[in-house]
Amino acid sequence: MSQDTAQGPVVLDVQGLAKNFGGRLTTQGYEGGLWAVRDFDMTVSEGELVGLIGPNGAGKTTVFNMISGLISVTDGVVTFQDQSLVGKRPHAITQAGIGRTFQNIRLFPQLTVLDNVRIALHPHCGYGLLHSVWQGGRFATCEREVTEQAQDLLAIFDLQDRQDEIGSSLPYGEQRRLEIARALAAEPKLLLLDEPAAGMNPQEVHALMDLIQFIREKFDLTIVLIEHQMRVVMGICEWITVMDFGQVIARGTADDVSNDPKVIEAYLGRQGRGVGSS
Amino acid sequence: MGRSKFRLLGQSWLFWVAVILVFLAAQWVLMPRLTEFRRTAWVMFPSIMAIICLGLNFIYGFNGQFSLGQWGFYAIGAYASAVMTYRLKDQFTYPIEGLVFNTPPLLQRLIPLEQIDLFHFDLGQSGLLLAATLFGALLAAVISLGFGYIVLLRLGSDYFGIATLGFTVIVQTLLINSDRVIPETKGARGMVGIPQLTSFFWAFVFLVLAIVVIRNVLYSSVGRAVVSVREDELAARAMGIDTLKYKTIAFVIGSFFAGLAGALYAHLYAFLSPIYFGFVKSFDPMIIIVFGGLGNLTGTLLATFIWAITLEGMRIWLPQGFEAWRFVVYPIVLLLMMLLRPQGLMGKLELGFLRAPKWPQRATSKAEAPTAEARRETPEPQEAVQ
Repeated sequence: MSQDTAQGPVVLDVQGLAKNFGGRLTTQGYEGGLWAVRDFDMTVSEGELVGLIGPNGAGKTTVFNMISGLISVTDGVVTFQDQSLVGKRPHAITQAGIGRTFQNIRLFPQLTVLDNVRIALHPHCGYGLLHSVWQGGRFATCEREVTEQAQDLLAIFDLQDRQDEIGSSLPYGEQRRLEIARALAAEPKLLLLDEPAAGMNPQEVHALMDLIQFIREKFDLTIVLIEHQMRVVMGICEWITVMDFGQVIARGTADDVSNDPKVIEAYLGRQGRGVGSS
Repeated sequence: MGRSKFRLLGQSWLFWVAVILVFLAAQWVLMPRLTEFRRTAWVMFPSIMAIICLGLNFIYGFNGQFSLGQWGFYAIGAYASAVMTYRLKDQFTYPIEGLVFNTPPLLQRLIPLEQIDLFHFDLGQSGLLLAATLFGALLAAVISLGFGYIVLLRLGSDYFGIATLGFTVIVQTLLINSDRVIPETKGARGMVGIPQLTSFFWAFVFLVLAIVVIRNVLYSSVGRAVVSVREDELAARAMGIDTLKYKTIAFVIGSFFAGLAGALYAHLYAFLSPIYFGFVKSFDPMIIIVFGGLGNLTGTLLATFIWAITLEGMRIWLPQGFEAWRFVVYPIVLLLMMLLRPQGLMGKLELGFLRAPKWPQRATSKAEAPTAEARRETPEPQEAVQ
């Protein structure tokens, strides 16, 4: 597994993660409710590009939401660069170095492309409320820096000509790219991409995967990528974790995983491969 | 950006010269042509109302928190400053003669005044008003910090609206019974004997200050963080924005200006009654900002004056005995507004310096990103066998 051949130090360590929706807490643990995620383990080392795949409803996004603090953790440990993330508020987790995108794009819809990116740069802007009221030299310098940083990021994603357009008016593929640019503006060390290829055609998916490889090297990123179409991640992810019904059913390299009978069953069903093949 | 070096609050000298010209035009050309009543009701009162509305628009229009509590902070600012000036009014007086010119006959067509006073005011009383206004505004800001933090910690937008409405009702009840602690307020009978210190000059100065400060905050990184909460609170959190902090900041800024407006109001009519600070009137600022356009500063300013001259002005227009009909006209106008132009008077359009500053695109630093062509040349990812 990934621990055995890790090149770098462990960046993200998730152990025994669990999420129960709607259950009642009793002395014997949770009673009833739905276990969206249960006993989820995952270790990501520095510089890796890890895929998290599974059929719809497997609990992949719930795992992301727990790591980034948007929903509470029922049970388990999340450690990022030796600090525990459980119970931290989402903005603190982001400022600690975890950026993310959303499955159903969540841009700031009425703001310009430039402002979408500049908002994520806010924790690094270097001035406060009084500076912005007075608008002195510090404000002007910092504002220029923030804007240039944002424009550089937009240029990487081929969006530099779009900076004054409204975020929600961009075509779908550009909205996806803008969301990744915005996530990068928060200066993450670990980037969580939630189905970045959803709704894209095969050419766009190829271009996107190349772009992900590119930003990973340029920004020294560790990336975890959710995908429910298996073939998308096969080409670029070193390690793949497969989930189904909230639990890990397989992990390993692309080849290991794609030949795993449990994975095939999860994707195709028990009779999916015909007689004798599974 | 600008060519000249001089900047005050981020605005060039040209802006400030224009501000002074607007003031002089209003003071000498417009005001002498209006009756005493209209000077107050059509110019000074809406200037004050615009301050609270700008603050409310910052909270509701830009930060997305539905607040009906601004009227309570308006009352706090009014009463706090009124008690202060009531107690100190005789101790501070320092009249300055200033300069008095006879208006040249030719100019009298433009300026219908025999004499023009320049710098003719009472320094002591003006200083007192300034101090009292800041006191009222800061008190409102401090209370809103405590109240806002506790309430925003737990409640989202709609419930926040109900809690803040509760705040307005509490403040009114406290004011009705306030004479037990502070006898000067005279409780439900209403406070009299407040010095009438709010002149057009002060209303104008504070309105300009409110506009510039809110505009500056809005077009800064802090303002972008505030707006991001309205746009998508969850995404804002995931981008590292402490949403609770920025909701509180927006609420405190809005309440500061509500308190400031309250202080000016108290010294405008020189009479305060707790009835005026009830929750029915608390919808007035909300009506104005919805009318002008949520998240639009120009619209708020225009709407305040339109509201004061037409809707509130119906008291003057409508024939005697028909005053009550304004409560029929009023909702109909609002209903039509909602149906025909739900985005408000101005929609997204801002005028003049209230527009967001534009940044030129940078064509030079196209980073070494793989271009679309280069990406196409890269080998296809191996198709996985299933």
